[in-house]
Amino acid sequence: MEGKAKKITTYLPAAIGAAMICCGLYFDFYNRDFWGRGPLLAGGLLLLVISLYLVPGKKHRAMVNGLFLLPLIGAFFITVLIPFIFGIFYSFTDWNGIKFTQFVGLKNYGQMFQAPDYLYSLLITFLFTVFNMVSVNIAAFFLAILCTSGVKGRNFYRASFFLPNLIGGIVLGYVWQFIFNKVFTSLVAGSVSMLTSPNLAFFAILIVSTWQYAGYIMMIYVTGLQGVPKDILEASAVDGAGALKTLLHIKLPMIANTFTVCIFLTLVNSFKQFDLNYAITNGAPSRILGAKAVASTEFLALNIYNTAIARNRYAEGQTKAVVFFLILAAVSLTQVSISKKREVEL
Amino acid sequence: MKENSRRNKTTWDARHSKHLIPELIGFILSLIVLSPFILVVFNAAKKSADIVISPVAPPSHWGQLFINLKNVIGNQNFSYWKSFGSSLYITAVSLILLTLFSSMAAWVLVRNKTKWSQLIFMMFVASMVIPFQVVMLPLLSTFRKVSEFTGIPMLSSYTGIITAYLGFGGSLSVFILHGFIKGIPKELEEAAWIDGCSPENTFFQIVFPLLKPVQMTVLILNGIWIWNDYLLPSLMLGLNGRIKTLPVAVSSFVGSYVKQWDLILAAAFLAMIPIVILFLCAQRQIIQGMVEGAIK
Repeated sequence: MEGKAKKITTYLPAAIGAAMICCGLYFDFYNRDFWGRGPLLAGGLLLLVISLYLVPGKKHRAMVNGLFLLPLIGAFFITVLIPFIFGIFYSFTDWNGIKFTQFVGLKNYGQMFQAPDYLYSLLITFLFTVFNMVSVNIAAFFLAILCTSGVKGRNFYRASFFLPNLIGGIVLGYVWQFIFNKVFTSLVAGSVSMLTSPNLAFFAILIVSTWQYAGYIMMIYVTGLQGVPKDILEASAVDGAGALKTLLHIKLPMIANTFTVCIFLTLVNSFKQFDLNYAITNGAPSRILGAKAVASTEFLALNIYNTAIARNRYAEGQTKAVVFFLILAAVSLTQVSISKKREVEL
Repeated sequence: MKENSRRNKTTWDARHSKHLIPELIGFILSLIVLSPFILVVFNAAKKSADIVISPVAPPSHWGQLFINLKNVIGNQNFSYWKSFGSSLYITAVSLILLTLFSSMAAWVLVRNKTKWSQLIFMMFVASMVIPFQVVMLPLLSTFRKVSEFTGIPMLSSYTGIITAYLGFGGSLSVFILHGFIKGIPKELEEAAWIDGCSPENTFFQIVFPLLKPVQMTVLILNGIWIWNDYLLPSLMLGLNGRIKTLPVAVSSFVGSYVKQWDLILAAAFLAMIPIVILFLCAQRQIIQGMVEGAIK
């Protein structure tokens, strides 16, 4: 008797849920604009899930496992995996953001590498990545040494260096636009804003990016430096090593791993820079290359955005994005192989 | 005795002069790093004409700050309280669901050593390499199709953007939680299992409370990211849509009030202040959470 009741509680919601989903799908396929199709589908899905949960006995554990994975994997599929696969597919078509009419093979890729604005953007992004990686890491390491040297007020310094990193790049970008355009020009009388010169605008973004990011990387170095065992430091002090010698010969080799982490972190994040670029210059000013004007500070992420959203050329933007992904994947693979090698050596 | 005290005095002096220079450097550097924030506060409290006269001088009447703030808060493009509420709602719901679902998923993936669970975990790890740019355009068309098909609005709706944050934040969260759960002894759960505890109760009553420290990392890491994110909400919700997050509202405000720096900086001030307050309250946890997330 009890078994029968259990069966009913399991199968009844399943049946109702399936019926509701079928109804919803019916409306969908026949393009009926019925307001209830969304709730029907969602409600049916919910009932199905409940009935799966109620499955008794040995299968219960398997059902719970599946249900625990379902929400996250569902969200992951619909937001990351499916768009990713479609994205690679679209890069071989003439997609316009809504539909595509034909395959074009590698034409998008071929065109892209002949476009001077893209090649320029690629070059300047590489330059920015290298410059930013070096400046952020030097600044961060210097700040980390300052913050671990036992000076008074180091907690305050740490917090103030870290703060810019917590505020969004968009808001900070506008603030810095004000600083470059109004504050610096008023401090140096008669000067024009850095943002009007193609070369200086590049360094303007570099300054803000270092300012925003160094505090974060600093904290990773601080964690690394604090992880150096005390007894080793004491031993070196007993042996008469000065502060500089301890730093160069003991601390630096001990935190080699931290360096790898920080370098790759800044590498990837500089390469992906979008918010500051968008808010400070949005690509301006233009630079004359040959006979054509190109946006002088348009990094790749912004170039992809402007190609697709501003100029409405979706297939081209998507193709650029795929190449963007390939470069990042190569960088990450290099990082993985380097840290694997180090693990073997240890 | 005299000799001794003099020696003490010299070491005291030496110690202080040794630290005086780093202290001075630290102080000056903090001042430089914080100066943009100081400038925001100064100039948000000036009239447009006073900014032209001198953008670095402190404001003459602090009362102007409240006049500017009031103007900005009531502005149609910015609508501060509404955008603040939207940002808060999106961040809070995304974080709650993300923490819950990724803990559940990570637990299942650790405790079931099958080919499938390893494959799913590898998929999550590999997907961390995928930059947002490569999925953003097809994401919009996928979401448009889903909402056309099911009638559940996915673009310019809370459901859609929260789903997107679950998808994008899930990989790193599962990865961090996976590493932590591996270190929890299995015996605890086995004992509960023998006592007749169901698997879902075992998870919620025994495992979930143990995850608190690492969930804190997940919350902080994702919270800062979601709160500050611009590209995803600007694409999904639109710059002048029904729902606006704070960064989108600032951008939309700047777009319509070009060069009105007194108002723009007042808006920037309002956008920054929630995070600054949060940071002052939970400084240690925030720094620790963000650093731990990076190292893993």
